[in-house]
Amino acid sequence: MGLPLQGACSGHVTSTPLPLCLSGPSRSPPVDMSKRLIQNLAKAISKNVVHFNKMEVECLIREFHSLLGQPNSAGKSDNLDERRFKGILKNDFGLTNDTIMERVFRSFDKDSDGCISVKEWVEGLCVFLRGSLDEKIRYCFRVYDLSGDEHISREEMLLMTRNCLRLHGEEDPFDGIKDLVEITLKRMDHDNDDRLSFDDYEKSVKEFNIVLEAFGTCLPNALRIEEFEQRVFQEKSDQR
Amino acid sequence: MGTSLSRAAQWTSTDSDHGKLESTLMNESLLSEILRFVEHFSSKNPQEAEILFEEPLQWRSTLAASDFTPDYEIREEDVESQEKDEEGRPLLLLSPPTLCVRNFRQLSKLLGLANEKKLLEVQACVEENRNPLVKILGPSLANIQKIGKADKDKEQQQGSESEPKMKLVRLLQSADKHILRKFMKEISEKVDLNPNPVRKEVEYLKNVCSSGDNKVLKLVRYTSDYEFPNGCRAPLWRQLQGEICYLVIEPYDTETLYITCSATGVFFNMGIKPEGDEINYERTSEVFKDIVSLLRSKSQVFAESMDIQDAREAARTSRPHVELVDAQTQLSLKRIEKPEPPQVKDVQLIPSEVEEKKDPYNEKKKQQGAKSKNKAHFSESSFADQLSSMKIKNQKQQSDLFSETSSDSDQSYEEEEQPVRRQRNTDQPSDYWQIQKLVKYLRAGDQTATLLTLYALMDYDLKQEMYHLAIQDSGGLKVLTNILHLEEVNLQLGSLGILREISLNPQTRRAIVDNGGLRSIVNALDSRNKDVKALAAETIANLTSFRRARRTVRRYNGISKLVKLLDCNVDFANVDPKQEKDVEVARFGVVALWSCSRSPKNQEAIHKAGGIPLLGRLLKSPQMNILIPVVGILQNCATEESCQDAIQTEGIVKDLVQHLGNDNDALRIHCANVIFKCAENKRTRTLVNEHKGLPALVSLLSKTDNKQLMAASTGAVWKCSLSSDNLDVFQDHKVLEILIGLLTNQPEEVLVNVVGALAEFAQKPANKVTIRKCGGLKPLIKLLIGRNEPLLVNVTRVVEACATDLDNMAIIQELDGIRLVWSLLKNPSPEVQSSAAWALCPCIENAKEAGEMVSSLMGAMELVIDLLKSPDVRVLASMCAVVAKIAKDKYNLAVLTDYEVVPLLAKLTDNPDDMLRCHLAQAIAQCCSWRNNRAAFGEAGVVPPLVLYLKSQDMKVRHSTVMALHQLSKESNNCITMHGEGVVKPLIHFMGSDDEKVRNAAADCVRNIRVLFPGQARAKKAAPLS
Repeated sequence: MGLPLQGACSGHVTSTPLPLCLSGPSRSPPVDMSKRLIQNLAKAISKNVVHFNKMEVECLIREFHSLLGQPNSAGKSDNLDERRFKGILKNDFGLTNDTIMERVFRSFDKDSDGCISVKEWVEGLCVFLRGSLDEKIRYCFRVYDLSGDEHISREEMLLMTRNCLRLHGEEDPFDGIKDLVEITLKRMDHDNDDRLSFDDYEKSVKEFNIVLEAFGTCLPNALRIEEFEQRVFQEKSDQR
Repeated sequence: MGTSLSRAAQWTSTDSDHGKLESTLMNESLLSEILRFVEHFSSKNPQEAEILFEEPLQWRSTLAASDFTPDYEIREEDVESQEKDEEGRPLLLLSPPTLCVRNFRQLSKLLGLANEKKLLEVQACVEENRNPLVKILGPSLANIQKIGKADKDKEQQQGSESEPKMKLVRLLQSADKHILRKFMKEISEKVDLNPNPVRKEVEYLKNVCSSGDNKVLKLVRYTSDYEFPNGCRAPLWRQLQGEICYLVIEPYDTETLYITCSATGVFFNMGIKPEGDEINYERTSEVFKDIVSLLRSKSQVFAESMDIQDAREAARTSRPHVELVDAQTQLSLKRIEKPEPPQVKDVQLIPSEVEEKKDPYNEKKKQQGAKSKNKAHFSESSFADQLSSMKIKNQKQQSDLFSETSSDSDQSYEEEEQPVRRQRNTDQPSDYWQIQKLVKYLRAGDQTATLLTLYALMDYDLKQEMYHLAIQDSGGLKVLTNILHLEEVNLQLGSLGILREISLNPQTRRAIVDNGGLRSIVNALDSRNKDVKALAAETIANLTSFRRARRTVRRYNGISKLVKLLDCNVDFANVDPKQEKDVEVARFGVVALWSCSRSPKNQEAIHKAGGIPLLGRLLKSPQMNILIPVVGILQNCATEESCQDAIQTEGIVKDLVQHLGNDNDALRIHCANVIFKCAENKRTRTLVNEHKGLPALVSLLSKTDNKQLMAASTGAVWKCSLSSDNLDVFQDHKVLEILIGLLTNQPEEVLVNVVGALAEFAQKPANKVTIRKCGGLKPLIKLLIGRNEPLLVNVTRVVEACATDLDNMAIIQELDGIRLVWSLLKNPSPEVQSSAAWALCPCIENAKEAGEMVSSLMGAMELVIDLLKSPDVRVLASMCAVVAKIAKDKYNLAVLTDYEVVPLLAKLTDNPDDMLRCHLAQAIAQCCSWRNNRAAFGEAGVVPPLVLYLKSQDMKVRHSTVMALHQLSKESNNCITMHGEGVVKPLIHFMGSDDEKVRNAAADCVRNIRVLFPGQARAKKAAPLS
């Protein structure tokens, strides 16, 4: 909230005013789009997602369109751009770390075209909200692998965790972070090559599930998930 | 490698299929040893390397096709070696991720290819082939290796086996030995373990336990038959912590003891884990200096017999118990010489800890100070210097010790402890400071940093006390528990994971509770995440080992939260995989409640929170690890009367009875104990019978080797036999005979119940005969010489019942039973006093020449007179009854009168207790047979209160009062008082009584009044005139 980027699309990304928009009389996107179209789209997409049923996919599509809302300044409204998406991550899902949010965006944006299509939205949320442990491990690894070289290096870790300590006094918090990163790397690096491969990471998470989000929160917590699902699935199904 | 693997490696779980190697230093070096051995195998032993494995070694490899050189056949992802065996199978086969290897040559080659993944491969191989030797050599040869040196003759027997294969066996063996030796060396560098004193002591105890007539121990054994070359039996990674071996000792009078012998001393551990034969190493007691003193503290029988033996030996030889002193000397020596008593650390650190607590702002400064102090110690005196000076001292001390008693050696141990502390403090720091640093991060970090820090902390072996201290000193406990307030599941799990580990240590437990940590942990029970709930419950189970913690849990409403965890609503006949988690949560909830339910108020709280019906539901579970705690809780709760009712009404009795037939002794013990406690309730007793529980109980009576089970089952039999219907069922199963058989050779816990049951049985006349005929009286009378109060109460109850049978009485008298019972009046316990007195009544009544017998007992009547001053109403009532019986003999009545029985009795007349009133009236009536006493009673003013007794609700009181008044009315002055109190009217009423004696007494009393009254009245009228 209160960040500059909210200015452009204020009513749509914050979670609270949204229902108001939907119940608004005139211009909610689902009205623009015919019901049939949505249903067909949902049918097509739901073939590829495991954790949502068709109805839920439909709801997510509607949500997607309601998030797009009025066409933004560029006038192009088929896809979510990065700014809006990050806004959602921040407000609906409680993510805070900018580096991480950027990566989450990249991992949703499978075709790397700089924005998120309906299909990418639903498929991404499938793991984001309901993924199995294995799926989440793959997802998180992709998020943390900043350079995309299939390894998480020490530098990447430092980049992601650089702001996470606030020590009092004259001590340099970055020393502490280096220390922590070093310990973590040593512990998770099972093949001793001084960086984390996917196998290293997977093995560590399998051993202690809690290190799934070791280098920054990139998944919503249970409460947020519940709130989101309740809002999107419940209300929309009530509307029908 | 077999032995080194099974003995040295520290596995994360005992489950043989999915074990993981702990990432400890020791395991790492073990793996690298194995790696080195395998890597060079084919170059050193080309011939043996070709031998085919009996079964291929298989594991999930991290290697991919790209890692292999072209001399393998590579098809896409799969890789095969060109070499094949006779049946054409490739000697190496990779179909990702499974890798399959059939001889050492391929194994060596593979490791050559694997480069930096080598170690990983070896680990995976070892983890997934827990018994590699069996796979390599086949079961027969692998076993030879285990048995060890017998391989020579085996070799001959199996001459047909190929020669190289035997060589392979030998190669593996020598590698094994080599690795072990290396570890031994490593250990001896770190800790000094001297198993000799322990071994000697164990041998001594084994002697004691086997020597015929004065056996004091039932069983002494090591938990493991395998002895490492250094003489220790503990697994290597435990040896590093100074532990030498583990013992199981069964004394006669207590439960089985599980003992750890370590370099620091001897203490109890948690016993053998139910899942397997692994030991739960956690220390549960203080540290004793040796096994003997530990046993003395635990087993009274042992202590007594040791005392006797000591005394005997001291008398026999001028040099007292050499053996013992020898052992103790060495023990104390060993301790002085060295290592790792964790407690010593405590002592050393506590002052600084206290200081730090006082002033948290100066914390850092102080720590730095401590740091430099440590350094100072280190430079001050070199390790070797200290050792040598100590050795000299030791030698001197040793020679001294032989002339001293064992208690002196104790003291010298205390004195000698000082230098050890100082010396040890030096090797502490690096990890200690590292942990303190981590706690600092924990405090200053955001979510991510906190998570990483927790992850780092978990990497430490948190069983070590040093780490606990480091966490405590830096205020880490508070931080850890505060983390629980954050709504972040991962952090909560991490924090609880650490808290659970460190809460296994008693001192740390207290520190956590003192820091108010329990509140946060209790609140974590409300989490939405089931893992968090389960972990929190498990931690609470660890923490609530002491009373204050249990009270705190209750204060924060923890009991009802725990009870909520039990509500898993599962059909145990077929558990949905989704519900398994719920069952798991319930399981930890139950374990925590079991621990909490040791406090009476928590028992009440469990009941109030509706726990009993939920527990009843869990009784349907087939899981032993749920059932045992559930019944354990029920056993604890059954002390509460309201819980007993709930157990009865919730239909739990049926399940309990069913579980009595289970194979698990622990479960049966708890079940029988619940019945024991609940069967005071009549309906419950009937229910036990209705569900065919009585035969089940009877069958348990044959388990004479398990004393706890015996105590529980005999207790249940006792309480169930309170119903006469149940008595009949027991009769059909010849229980009386079995019980009489149990009167000998049983510990007191069992005897109490056996005798209690006998007392119930003896209420039926036929059974009195049976007790006599089966020879039960003799052992019973023997039990009268004892100190166990409940037992004495029960024995006297049996005597009381048996003494009503004249034949029994003759035997009791012959066995000098009356004197023994009478002596019990000296017992300080009011229960024993009154119960003995009740037993005396039929004895006096039925004994031959009772009067002479009583007067011949020295001081017998004084005892009775003394107890007439007792503050306890039950004692008073029973004494009045005894007085009534004694006073039947004229001579004895005279003695009693001399002891001023009259005023004593008169004093008691104001007491409102009906039981007392009844027997008091009888005593007064009996004492009135001596004429002077009638007047004395009248003067002491007993008549007015006695008249009031006539209004009592209790018919017995009224009747005995009439008899007393009748006696008193023979004295004319009493008649005047009676008349004044208006006694005539109610007496006339009693003249219509059904009881002839009462009728006559009432009538005669009225007559006395009428006859005497006019004369007295006239005399009174006449008096003023004259």
